Amino acid sequence: MSYVAIADRDHEQEHHDPQTFITKYIWSQDHKVIAIQYGITAVFVGLIALGLSAMMRLQLGFPDQFSFINPENYYQFVTMHGMIMVIYLLTALFLGGFGNYLIPLMCGSRDMVFPFLNMLSYWVYLLSVIILLISFFVPGGSTGAGWTLYPPQAIMQGTPGIEWGILLMLASLGVFIVAFTMGGLNYVTTVLQARCKGMTLMRMPLSVWGIFIATILGLLAFPALLVSAIMMIFDKTLMTSFFMPAISSMGTDPGYTGGSPILFQHLFWFFGHPEVYIVALPAFGIVSDLLSTHARKNIFGYRMMVWAIIAIGGLSFIVWAHHMYVSGMNPYFGFFFATTTLIIAVPTALKVYNWVLTLWEGNIHLRVPMLFSIGFVFTFIHGGLTGLFLGNVTIDLPLSDTYFVVAHFHMVMGVSPVLVVFGAIYHWWPKISGRMYNETLGKWHFWMTFLGTYSIYLPMHYLGFQGVPRRYFSMGNTEFMPASAQDLNAWITMSALFVAATQLLFFANIIWSLTRGPKSDPNPWDATTLEWQTPDHPPKHGNWGHELPECHRWAYDYSVPGYEDDFIPQNVPADKAPAGRDHGGEH
Amino acid sequence: MSEAVLDSGAEAPGKKGLVEDWSRDKQVFGVPWGKAMMWIFLLSDTFIFSCFLVGYMSVRTATTDPWPNPSEVFALQAFGFNVPLLLIAIMTFILITSSGTMALAVNMGYRKDRNKTFWLMLATALLGASFVGMQAFEWSKLISEGVRPWENPFGAAQFGSAFFMITGFHGMHVSAGVIYLLVVAFRVRNGYYEKRGYEIVEITGLYWHFVDLVWVFIFAFFYLW
Repeated sequence: MSYVAIADRDHEQEHHDPQTFITKYIWSQDHKVIAIQYGITAVFVGLIALGLSAMMRLQLGFPDQFSFINPENYYQFVTMHGMIMVIYLLTALFLGGFGNYLIPLMCGSRDMVFPFLNMLSYWVYLLSVIILLISFFVPGGSTGAGWTLYPPQAIMQGTPGIEWGILLMLASLGVFIVAFTMGGLNYVTTVLQARCKGMTLMRMPLSVWGIFIATILGLLAFPALLVSAIMMIFDKTLMTSFFMPAISSMGTDPGYTGGSPILFQHLFWFFGHPEVYIVALPAFGIVSDLLSTHARKNIFGYRMMVWAIIAIGGLSFIVWAHHMYVSGMNPYFGFFFATTTLIIAVPTALKVYNWVLTLWEGNIHLRVPMLFSIGFVFTFIHGGLTGLFLGNVTIDLPLSDTYFVVAHFHMVMGVSPVLVVFGAIYHWWPKISGRMYNETLGKWHFWMTFLGTYSIYLPMHYLGFQGVPRRYFSMGNTEFMPASAQDLNAWITMSALFVAATQLLFFANIIWSLTRGPKSDPNPWDATTLEWQTPDHPPKHGNWGHELPECHRWAYDYSVPGYEDDFIPQNVPADKAPAGRDHGGEH
Repeated sequence: MSEAVLDSGAEAPGKKGLVEDWSRDKQVFGVPWGKAMMWIFLLSDTFIFSCFLVGYMSVRTATTDPWPNPSEVFALQAFGFNVPLLLIAIMTFILITSSGTMALAVNMGYRKDRNKTFWLMLATALLGASFVGMQAFEWSKLISEGVRPWENPFGAAQFGSAFFMITGFHGMHVSAGVIYLLVVAFRVRNGYYEKRGYEIVEITGLYWHFVDLVWVFIFAFFYLW
């Protein structure tokens, strides 16, 4: 039975505008409002996590100077900082925030296919955040098991937060996964089934491609985390022994028998590694669009970029045990996982070359989003290269659990995606708010953040080579570490505090823009993608007024020879402008 | 590249045609979005159950205590004999029968026979509810014999842990399915879908068949291994 595509339907019948303040801004089913709700909540918890990292750095830089940081707190800060940044900030912001905002606008849809479920997704996400925040205030405090929550120590005496913190953490993750599934089903189905006329998959902007594949990864990877969370809750509350071996705890037998801690690591990293790409792929996609738009040049190798995203997504499911080289698993596994890990470098390097070639001979406008995008290319190359070190078993063994690892993953999935987040917010801010931001303030924000993060993480690589272990509260009298390691730590701490303070510029810019910012042009960057072609600015509920747009070309018709403007929007028909390089349908 | 080619999704031969067909505009699959969404959800849910079953297999091989013999643990007294897997055989039969009534309901839905669709969906829900009831009976029997999530008298403690966790998670899926079936069934009877179309019956059916299929795997891995 043939089914009428959403783009071909008569829309007048289903188009209701929300009437009251509450349906418009609170219980909103409009994807743009939900995106902003997601964004504000994610940035709010992200600021908490930033504060936690400042506390950690204070202890590491100036050991035992601050009476309010004891070893228990320190582990709690480490754990909550990691978990919040990876899941509650970056995953929620890229998929719940940018995914919600950009997918319907860029695909030419009125909204997500199931707006009610989309609204529910945000409120359940908020619930998971509330559960997470409650864990700071329960007896024993939040969990201090490290963000990987490895058993047996995660639920045994001696780890902070085993009373309530670990249970609330696991419950919050479970609730988050439910929220993500509701949103994720919407994003994937909208991309698959609700694009406008002419918007083939091979004409979609790379932002949508990145978010689309990342969401599929999420839908297939989060189940492993859900299952391991359920099993660990049972190990903690019902005394089952899924992950807990027969073990002695402070001279007593807690009663566990025969479980497998390695099973948890496998389940966790089957989620945990795709999670890296859940954060990275949307960043890849968005940065491609920003570079192309602000360099006034089509993205180099569009089809290659799409297939690279798909290949990275697929490969990300068969590399997880490279996080476990020192876990005691069968050493032959290391060979397989090192090989797949290094293969992932191929499509990733391909993307980096294409970004650089997009900039080559481009008409580069060094506006704030462009600065952040170029900054991303730098930090991502540095973080990616250290990944090659850690992907090899023999090099990983001495570097494992040192600051080299911390420096690597902060460069590649901390700093890099966050630079894209800032670039993307500056880029789409005029569309979201209808106002321009302050360019000078934005440039200061970029340079101080970019240089500051290098000042933090480059020395950390060196500390790693020195053998300084991660997760230690203080180093004590360790013979093999030179005294200068402590000086370096003090420097890193000062840089970190500086970068954290610098982020105030970003919020100052937002406040400035909302109160005094000049009204923006509907398409201030002369961009081609559909979200800049909406009839209202900022777009209203339903996005497109009475008629859905029609897409006639790919998203990268910049500087097409023989056309008066240096860009041709995707909805300009083929008979009104040269065809450019249309990859729709060509393979 | 002309618009006409894109809009009709004209077919080119070979791999090129395959990619072109999949990447054509408006929609990838010629089905309602709800059906596509249900398929994607079920794919995600498959990963959840796979992780549960792989975890179960892993702890079963990791534990040093002997694993209880399922033929004895799940046996039932009938007419003075110990019949292995009797209850499970009945439960499995009932669940598979419910898939049959569900398939008939989908057919009747597309024929817009509201009355028959309603009764067939109601029968499916009742069969599902009786499955959950028998599962509750099995749980209470095992609990009365001393099987607990943390220990049991027959052998490895992981037997009880995995059994209650996996059958419990599946039982929750069946219970949710019964509620889902009842909601849709009563809406069918009230004519709620006259204008919207009866694809929802098939979407509900997809979920129900999935839960049924998962049970076959749980049955094979837990009761027959």
